[in-house]
Amino acid sequence: MSEAETIQDPLSIAEKWKQEGRDVAIATVVQTWGSAPRPVGSHLVIDGDGNFQGSVSGGCVEGAVVSEALDVIGAGKPKMLEFGVADETAWRVGLSCGGKISVYVERLV
Amino acid sequence: MDFQLLKKLNAERAARRAVIHVTGVDDDDEQLVLEQDDISGELGEAVVRAFNSGKSSMVEIAGRRQFLNVYVPPARIVVIGAVHISQALAPMAKLAGFDVRIIDPRTAFATEARFADVDLAAEWPDEALKAHPLDAYTALAALTHDPKIDDYPLQAAIDAQCFYVGALGSRKTHASRVARLVEAGKSEAEIGRISAPIGLDIGAASPSEIAVAILADIIQALRKRKAVAP
Repeated sequence: MSEAETIQDPLSIAEKWKQEGRDVAIATVVQTWGSAPRPVGSHLVIDGDGNFQGSVSGGCVEGAVVSEALDVIGAGKPKMLEFGVADETAWRVGLSCGGKISVYVERLV
Repeated sequence: MDFQLLKKLNAERAARRAVIHVTGVDDDDEQLVLEQDDISGELGEAVVRAFNSGKSSMVEIAGRRQFLNVYVPPARIVVIGAVHISQALAPMAKLAGFDVRIIDPRTAFATEARFADVDLAAEWPDEALKAHPLDAYTALAALTHDPKIDDYPLQAAIDAQCFYVGALGSRKTHASRVARLVEAGKSEAEIGRISAPIGLDIGAASPSEIAVAILADIIQALRKRKAVAP
């Protein structure tokens, strides 16, 4: 890995943040159905202030994952999140590509 | 995730070793599995499949969901010889998603002008490989025909269990190469891993066509790779 890649690597960032004493949550794409923007195994890492690096979608659901991650950091219990097609009438975030993803969010302890 | 486990995971990835992080998403438990670990039962079978395919997935074992996240080092190709074929192979391999490194101690061949934007080492292979050693996620293609340059990296590639080892040269050239490798103590099975004549047999004639044949050979070896037996 080059230095630039290491800097952007979510799990390396999670390690660094934790080392600095920050609270950290790791979100991981664990399942996808149909067209999904990021493959299974992709990570988004979030700190207690809502800073984040990496991605679990093309930007469609990161906002929702970050706010759920703050809950997970607070409560300490992992969560499984499901995102499907965006439903504009229900004002829910979703994936415009028509796919469906499951994201597992856990705290780094 | 446990912080100590994350540190171990990051260390394994930095060392270019394959590793699987298993999370029991229903139970909130986890473990790290290395390629040499012997795991029994259904999880063991799932782990072997995951190492072979390099694909992360959710599996259900005894009614509990286990997420297997596979971290495989990015594949790379080390080419010995800054020759005409390498000039075609380097950009093709990059397009296909490989990291490419070219090593040739002959400074007339290994020039910036002939290899723009390529990681090029104008050094003897033993020196060049000291800084960046070969590993199981590296393919080695020896293209100089010159035993003084090719023989050392070929042996190093066998020792490092590179996922692909290929050597350019006629059957006659290869026969004398085999004799030298036997002399150096390599077994028949080890020598048999060398793809020679190099490349898939597609009747390639020009340097660019030979580069296609070599790249296809390497991709086949990568995608049909068998995990190292436990």
